[in-house]
Amino acid sequence: MMQFMLLFSRQGKLRLQKWYVAHPDKVKKKITRELITTILSRKPKMCSFLEWKDCKIVYKRYASLYFCCAIEQNDNELLTLEIIHRYVELLDKYFGSVCELDIIFNFEKAYFILDELLVGGEIQETSKKNVLKAIAAQDVLQERELDT
Amino acid sequence: MAPVRGDGMRGLAVFISDIRNCKSKEAEIKRINKELANIRSKFKGDKTLDGYQKKKYVCKLLFIFLLGHDIDFGQMEAVNLLSSNKYSEKQIGYLFISVLVNTNSDLIKLIIQSIKNDLQSRNPIHVNLALQCIANIGSRDMAEAFSTEIPKLLVSGDTMDVVKQSAALCLLRLYRTCPDIIPGGEWTTRIIHLLNDQHMGVVTAATSLIDALVKKNPDEYKGCVSLAVSRLSRIVTASYTDLQDYTYYFVPAPWLSVKLLRLLQNYNPPTEDPGVRGRLNECLETILNKAQEPPKSKKVQHSNAKNAVLFEAINLIIHNDSEANLLVRACNQLGQFLSNRETNLRYLALESMCHLATSEFSHEAVKKHQEVVILSMKMEKDVSVRQQAVDLLYAMCDRTNAEEIVQEMLNYLETADYSIREEMVLKVAILAEKYATDFTWYVDVILNLIRIAGDYVSEEVWYRVIQIVINREEVQGYAAKTVFEALQAPACHENMVKVGGYILGEFGNLIAGDSRSAPMVQFKLLHSKYHLCSSMTRALLLSTYIKFINLFPEIRSTIQDVFRQHSNLRSADAELQQRASEYLQLSIVASTDVLATVLEEMPSFPERESSILAVLKKKKPGRVPENAEIRDNKSPVPNAHNNAHAAQTNHTVSLNSTASSDLLGLSTPPANQSQTGTLIDVLGDIYSATNGTGNVINNAKKFVFKNNGVLFENDLLQIGVKSEFRQNLGRLGLYYGNKTQTALQNFVPTLQWSAEDALKLNVQIKAVEPTLEAGAQIQQLLTAECIDNYSEAPSIVISFRVNGGAPQKITVLLPLTINKFFEPTEMNAESFFARWKNLGGEQQRAQRVFKAQQPLDLPGARNKLMGFGMQLLEGVDPNPDNMVCAGIIHTQAHKVGCLLRLEPNKQAQMFRLTIRSSLENVTQEMCNLLVDQF
Repeated sequence: MMQFMLLFSRQGKLRLQKWYVAHPDKVKKKITRELITTILSRKPKMCSFLEWKDCKIVYKRYASLYFCCAIEQNDNELLTLEIIHRYVELLDKYFGSVCELDIIFNFEKAYFILDELLVGGEIQETSKKNVLKAIAAQDVLQERELDT
Repeated sequence: MAPVRGDGMRGLAVFISDIRNCKSKEAEIKRINKELANIRSKFKGDKTLDGYQKKKYVCKLLFIFLLGHDIDFGQMEAVNLLSSNKYSEKQIGYLFISVLVNTNSDLIKLIIQSIKNDLQSRNPIHVNLALQCIANIGSRDMAEAFSTEIPKLLVSGDTMDVVKQSAALCLLRLYRTCPDIIPGGEWTTRIIHLLNDQHMGVVTAATSLIDALVKKNPDEYKGCVSLAVSRLSRIVTASYTDLQDYTYYFVPAPWLSVKLLRLLQNYNPPTEDPGVRGRLNECLETILNKAQEPPKSKKVQHSNAKNAVLFEAINLIIHNDSEANLLVRACNQLGQFLSNRETNLRYLALESMCHLATSEFSHEAVKKHQEVVILSMKMEKDVSVRQQAVDLLYAMCDRTNAEEIVQEMLNYLETADYSIREEMVLKVAILAEKYATDFTWYVDVILNLIRIAGDYVSEEVWYRVIQIVINREEVQGYAAKTVFEALQAPACHENMVKVGGYILGEFGNLIAGDSRSAPMVQFKLLHSKYHLCSSMTRALLLSTYIKFINLFPEIRSTIQDVFRQHSNLRSADAELQQRASEYLQLSIVASTDVLATVLEEMPSFPERESSILAVLKKKKPGRVPENAEIRDNKSPVPNAHNNAHAAQTNHTVSLNSTASSDLLGLSTPPANQSQTGTLIDVLGDIYSATNGTGNVINNAKKFVFKNNGVLFENDLLQIGVKSEFRQNLGRLGLYYGNKTQTALQNFVPTLQWSAEDALKLNVQIKAVEPTLEAGAQIQQLLTAECIDNYSEAPSIVISFRVNGGAPQKITVLLPLTINKFFEPTEMNAESFFARWKNLGGEQQRAQRVFKAQQPLDLPGARNKLMGFGMQLLEGVDPNPDNMVCAGIIHTQAHKVGCLLRLEPNKQAQMFRLTIRSSLENVTQEMCNLLVDQF
């Protein structure tokens, strides 16, 4: 089960955080700070996996954004990399060549898409087509409300 | 930036732009505070806000929160949004409460009500929104409120697939908070059958749920195994076009495959059914075969997804640990990855091989890759990969490759990353000890460790080398020679000084014959380091010096000068001052004999599990740094409280050192820290008596021949005895030492012996305090008066509780056997044999023949007889090997004369014991006490 996912920029600014386990805000901030520093200090060719406390960190950089997930000991690292990739693909498809600014200005959409992909820290839907269909259906509902 | 569909919120976009344009942190905070004030006034204002405005402000609050600021209002407005009939407003409301969960109970009720309404909706989008919110919050309130609805949604035929998926994971989330939410009975079958669902998304979500349920109730969910195997079989044999959108970069359903493979790891063996088992093995073979096929795409996504399935399959193969063929194939596959250009793959392959190394089927196959792994340890650019290589080398080490692996690890230590040095040192120390066939090699390895990475050598490691040297006579001379040489290096690590000091103090005499390491040379070498060391090491060196006085009387005056120098203000440390003064006095006051006894060589340490292993386990609780052969092995470890270099000299010391397993007794083990101040000298010379039977030492039998020492010891308690006897009277001091870190409560020792014997041996005991503090020792006095001859000695039963736990009870036989009331009687051969003949009656004599303990030890037997209480008569028996004794037992009622003859038979390795006395009971009891003791 995924514990949390963080998106942050090369400058260390947090862009999105999703927690699947409950922590007090203070702890969340501490974890975030620690991980951002650790990951930003790593070199490009290094391994994407880290031992960290009692979980494993899987991270990958896409352009100026780092995607970082904490998973449990039993979880599959390689497939977590592909969860990240699937999420990036979904953002890319939805926003059309996604960039950091899209996520800043439409953070709520980024959350809605993530909620379709993962629920309670587990993958809900792996089909790109199905996730996009669900998001499109939400957008249709909104547009209809605008018309009324 | 592309325009976003749905409805944009202009105000929000403007605000975000403002924040981004802020030139400084202060400006940003100012802008945020202005916005917060604005929103607050809007929320509080008289004008009612419409849904759009509410949504916009709530969204701004969310954004501010995500920037890292605290938000303490807006929850009510967000909850209002939940009941909006506009989806976009509802959605923002849900997002806000999901991100800013508040346990405010009033609001939770409202939230739950809104969720209930949305769950009833005919629109699946609304239902999913509600389910996602439940999963995001996942509180106990939620679990209680929806425990009936969600399972229904999950298995109902009417539910749409997308809703089923959310419901499965939502239920899983609630189950993790509140395990009793899952209904049993017929639900079990219905949940299991979700594995057969047409929709791959539903199966994927349901597999996660089932995996969690199986963990709690494997038997109830056993039916899932064959379904999971069938499903897996269909996926691995599918072509990548079959599964359409569930194929990911040419890999059919990697997520579902991995989940199914994980699910099957909950059972061992996965199934009893040979058919299902066969199909599963086919699947695993197919996955291994596919790994060998050329890639269908150059994209890393293809390789990642394919290898994710492969690694999970290998995990299952390792978990089953039954198919040698599959294990070896897995190992070969991983071996190929060791030289893959993807760092991630090399990392995972090393990690996975660690597990393979611990299986008997694949251990040898892993060893084939030793060279590559050593290269990885040395050459990998990423320290975490190097770390995995070290772990693997540790796991694959066995008798055949230990020397090579240890040597390579030592070489690498010189340049290893600081972050992994300490752990490497522990590993090298464990392997060197475990696989040493020649202990000179072990000593070399540990000294090299100290030389190369002295700062990372923990106490446990250098304690350990000392224990091993003390326990192994064959290596002592070599150790002395080697430390002596190592100390000659101009800059040597303080840990080397500690080990060197200790070993030379014990065994310096073994190399003193060589003029290059003559006593004075040894002393000067050690003392040249003294001023550079911490006070703990100095204290140790002072103990070494006093030991030198015993070993090398010729340098006594030089050492006394040093003690004199440090016995005054020049030693700023009070402990050192005290030590120096006391050692000085000891060297002046004590006779050579006393000195030799007080400073005699350290006795062997009892054998126990290595404490180093425990340290390593503690360092890495979640990981697998296991060595195949070490898993359940026991190897010797110090008994923390037994020995003290320092304690022997009647010293109570408390230097700063950790309490666990401190070999030097420099911290505060109970037995050394006497509060009565009388026991230490008693216990000091007795420890050799401890025989390591597990953790419990019960010496009662040995006390037939002696009066003082450790009577009993386990992990919690040590009982020492000091006793003296005169005529028919005896006095015993019992010393109870609490070895734990917590107080022993309800501590009550009581006497126990038969009523009949109680009349013949009158014992008075003083009560003790019912609480024995952590690390403390208390004394209990006993007086004994022998009224008449008796057979059974009394026992003491000690009951107590540790930390409020279950009551503990220890029963130990007291050293109050009848022979304690002996008075030795000197007589010549003539009178001995005259009496011998007089006591020739049937009831007066008894004889036993028994096997000697190997090897037959005549001086030892004589010593024991002297401790027994009778007079050992010299020149009485014509055969010099025979031992004869005479003595009188004092009871109030009688005086009982006793004669003893012990005849060894060297060829047969037997003893013949004859006792003659005036009372039948006494004769028999003497025999019972002595038989099998030699």
